[in-house]
Amino acid sequence: MAMRFPRLGTSQLLALGVILLANWMVSPQFFDIRVQDGRLFGSLIDVLNRGAPVALLSIGMVLVIAMRGIDLSVGAVMAICGAIAASLADSHALPVVLAAALGAGLLCGLWNGFLVAVLGIQPIVATLILMVAGRGIAQLITEGRIVTFTSPQLAFLGGGSVLGLPTPVVLTLGMMALTLLVVRGTALGLMIEATGGNPRASALAGIGTKLITVAVYVWSGLCAALAGIVASADILGADANNAGLWLELDAILAVVIGGTSLFGGRFSILLAVVGALIIQAMNTGILLSGFPPETNLVVKAVVVLAVLLAQSPRLGGALAGLGVLFSRATSGGPRR
Amino acid sequence: MNFRALLLASAVSGALFSVGAQAADMTIGFSQIGSESGWRAAETTVSKAEAKKRNINFKIADAQQKQENQIKAIRAFVAQGVDAIFLAPVVATGWDSVLKEAKEAKIPVVLLDRDIDPSGKDLYLTAVTSDSVHEGKVAGEWLVKTVAGKPCNVVELQGTVGASVATNRKKGFEDGIAGASNVKIVRSQTGDFTRAKGKEVMESFIKAEGGGKNICAVYAHNDDMMVGAIQAMKEAGLKPGTEILTVSIDAVPDIFKAMAAGEANATVELTPNMAGPAFDAVIAFKEKGTVPPKWIQTESKLYTQADNPMAVYESKKDLGY
Amino acid sequence: MHATETPPRPLLAVTGFSKSFAGFVALDRVDFTLRPGEIHALLGENGAGKSTLIKTMTGVVTRDAGTMGLDGVEIAPRSAEEAVRMGLATVYQEVNLAPNLSVAQNLFLGRQPTRFGLVREGEMRRRARALLAEFGLSIDVAAPLESYSVAVQHIVAIARAVDQSARVLILDEPTASLDAHEVEVLFAVMRQLKARGIGIVFVTHFLDQVYAICDRITVLRNGRLAGSAPIAEMPRLDLVRLMLGRELSEATTERPPRTEDAPAAEVAAFRGFGKEGMVAPFDLTLRAGHVVGLAGLLGSGRTETVRLVFGADRADCGTAEVAGRAASIGSPREAMALGFGYCPEERKTEGIVADLTVRENIVLALQARRGALSPLSRREQDAIAAKFIRLLDIRPPDPERPIGLLSGGNQQKALLARWLATAPRLLILDEPTRGIDVGAHAEIIRLIRELCAEGMALLVVSSELEELVTYADEVIVLRDRAHVARLGGEQIDVASILAAIAEAPAAPPAAA
Repeated sequence: MAMRFPRLGTSQLLALGVILLANWMVSPQFFDIRVQDGRLFGSLIDVLNRGAPVALLSIGMVLVIAMRGIDLSVGAVMAICGAIAASLADSHALPVVLAAALGAGLLCGLWNGFLVAVLGIQPIVATLILMVAGRGIAQLITEGRIVTFTSPQLAFLGGGSVLGLPTPVVLTLGMMALTLLVVRGTALGLMIEATGGNPRASALAGIGTKLITVAVYVWSGLCAALAGIVASADILGADANNAGLWLELDAILAVVIGGTSLFGGRFSILLAVVGALIIQAMNTGILLSGFPPETNLVVKAVVVLAVLLAQSPRLGGALAGLGVLFSRATSGGPRR
Repeated sequence: MNFRALLLASAVSGALFSVGAQAADMTIGFSQIGSESGWRAAETTVSKAEAKKRNINFKIADAQQKQENQIKAIRAFVAQGVDAIFLAPVVATGWDSVLKEAKEAKIPVVLLDRDIDPSGKDLYLTAVTSDSVHEGKVAGEWLVKTVAGKPCNVVELQGTVGASVATNRKKGFEDGIAGASNVKIVRSQTGDFTRAKGKEVMESFIKAEGGGKNICAVYAHNDDMMVGAIQAMKEAGLKPGTEILTVSIDAVPDIFKAMAAGEANATVELTPNMAGPAFDAVIAFKEKGTVPPKWIQTESKLYTQADNPMAVYESKKDLGY
Repeated sequence: MHATETPPRPLLAVTGFSKSFAGFVALDRVDFTLRPGEIHALLGENGAGKSTLIKTMTGVVTRDAGTMGLDGVEIAPRSAEEAVRMGLATVYQEVNLAPNLSVAQNLFLGRQPTRFGLVREGEMRRRARALLAEFGLSIDVAAPLESYSVAVQHIVAIARAVDQSARVLILDEPTASLDAHEVEVLFAVMRQLKARGIGIVFVTHFLDQVYAICDRITVLRNGRLAGSAPIAEMPRLDLVRLMLGRELSEATTERPPRTEDAPAAEVAAFRGFGKEGMVAPFDLTLRAGHVVGLAGLLGSGRTETVRLVFGADRADCGTAEVAGRAASIGSPREAMALGFGYCPEERKTEGIVADLTVRENIVLALQARRGALSPLSRREQDAIAAKFIRLLDIRPPDPERPIGLLSGGNQQKALLARWLATAPRLLILDEPTRGIDVGAHAEIIRLIRELCAEGMALLVVSSELEELVTYADEVIVLRDRAHVARLGGEQIDVASILAAIAEAPAAPPAAA
């Protein structure tokens, strides 16, 4: 088990700062913010707004990964829940629409949790099932077309603003606060970190590891449902073929950039969200830069590599390096 | 939502079902790719309608994006001894042997929407496809004509990087504006053919081009991206359709709604009616022995606000887009 | 060879090794000399610097200062692999091999015999069998390593190291998880290597073993060289004094007199409890203030017994009665609800959560029993952690340190604290003193006595018979996955226990 150096989040915040600075260099108006129709308007706000879906996904994903799991289905769950929301939006009241979409996300999470915790299927395989099937389900719901709606209430969740901030940003902050409350306000966070760190020891210490496993997948499903609602509300329609496509990978990347190990254990919700913002800041920067689109993926790969290298204990500066050596020397046992 | 019908449809997927039960003097089988996009669904709907018009017994096999299903369907059509086979190929290669079987059975094959790479062009009668370079050119020429010599900075929303349609529509548009030095593309990014990405990319274009003040027109490789871009412009306080011109390709119903609202200016149609010209070619070939040209290019029709967009919308909205 | 008589030219000479980690001095100018054909005990309490010395010698950790010569040639390996190539091999307590690969593959991993680039499986197996036969081990080398006992895994690791042309073999607590017979097998191996002129550095906590096999002793304390002498010049008392820097109380090895009052209250009683394939049905009664010891060879069913009692595995027959009422014990949670606690034998894999802090590890069981929805406040956690760190003398006394960075003895104390925090009425300890230093050892034994005096019922598994004798009120002896003898009162002494274990020839371990 790898010891990690105390996680202050400095390297993530530094990375975000560097990327924002780079964005400012390719696009001098990057930090300009003005008020447009009662809402803040500017590239920085775009980063927050466009980063919202992945940030939402990463809030659920970080808990799953802390439990040594992974949830590949979140993109497909987004598509399902977005499709449900868009299909019902013009015929039902908003509470019904939200309840249906969030309920579907909850069911998806239960399904994943059941496969992993009860049937003991490896998480990557268990959630792959819904990743593949889920998009098909979403296409069944939309009958293969883009289902549009006009409901201003649902549209508000994507394009509206609260106190000047775009609604998706507010929803993300709300979900983050709620999750922090649920996880850190109770002992769940400790139990998740203990179970992820050493499942056998945690079970012997009396932690209900199966129940917690189901719970984190359910939470991930709920986060994905909310992200799907936001994505649908944003384009005033449900695009089952493309909504949330590949976003599970962005969410996993956000969690990893946020310093949570894929081997489970310690996690940080805040830093996972910072990770999502790093990814989006990079995307927005590329769009602003005017580079030809053929270079998008290469630029992204180089930046992600740089961010992860900067976090690597072996390259992460003298202090971090010493910390690792110290843990090697005192924790006993060989280490490769 | 018609879940049951859909479930049923997918349950019998790959199975054949016939449309047009009237006494038909000709039976034609159609191996359709699937229903991966609204346009594909519309193509299926229009094909059925065109068959009905001509009193043709028309059988559609949905391949669900799989070449092996298409090959199976063609063999089944050959075994049934249909009069002709339509094929919308999912990939360009790997058709030689099954098309030879059709040829030996003397059943003409017509390709719809996409071309293939057989070793010899003699394996099929003709291919009915649109010319995506031409589509881009029509869009470009419309813009040149509309700005009438005034300087115009264009931002371009490309399709998926590497997709041939995106490459062709980009090239066609560049050809279309080549003669007009007043029209130039200032920014070009991929929006992956999706609404969400179209909106996101347009948001960044607006910021990068002085809040949109420097943008004269938007060209999108498909209407879906344009629908997203129109939202982005509206949210930024801009007036698409008047302050910023829009031209895109495909002619899906939603763009006509935007045109009717004055928020979009033009779209170039990728017609879902590939089957119509194909039927005519087959009928002429069967009845009079007229050999059609190897390539029948469909019309790339330009629609503007002057073409009663609401009426077009009404006519298209139930085609399955 | 007459290595011990002709000492002038050392095989390995370490001079002035120093190493510090972020201001903490782990090694301070340590010298160490190993002669050919010498078995050299390297002793010291946990944290004395043994591990650091070994790791700096083998290049796992870079040293700050010092030189090292092998056969008079100065060497400075930069990794364990390089050290092996230079002739310096290490076998760690936790065997560092691939458990899912076969024995033969483990022996020749990275140096498989090949022909035209293809691994010659048959040749590899033949050589593996020949190699292990040298060490008196005759096993199926095609079976995965994990299907064998820890002892066999250890001998495989040693065989691999020796076969890689080791001149110096470092054995880091190889005997910690071996039973008496297996230790003898290992000693035979060591004597054989000694005769070949290989120098062996032997790290252990068992003083008897030191005197049984070693030629020379070097003692480290607090990162410094405390002393080094031939075995004949260092009697036990001197050695212990060197290691601890103080006198060890004789009381820790003496059985205190017991006053037999009225029978103590019954805490839990098991009748016909057992599970097919784990342990035969047994009766077991646990009383307040009493210690029941479980003795037996490795694999005799000791751990299996306590896992059933704690619900870690579910019994398939028998009944349990707790505080006079029938109880069902199907999971650790149910056992905890009944007031049970369990410190497992496998500290690293089943005990600690290495990444979490000492505080978090201590409060874990109590928190689990309270449920996620009634969290202990940070202040309560701090108070609990501080209390037990003080009470059990956990070092360093920093509740926010990841527990993985603590020494084995201190990890064990923290695990005890985890269960003491739940105030259990029955505490189950599986090998509570394994692999920990002499000082912590004595403290844990003292603690067991104190808990007992406070009225807690204890069920203790231990291989250290002297230890059991000092605190157990009753000793149950296991053999071949069955409870075979029950010793009480004056019957409890090492000789009787040994006799009970040995009554019929014990099933030979896989190593035989």
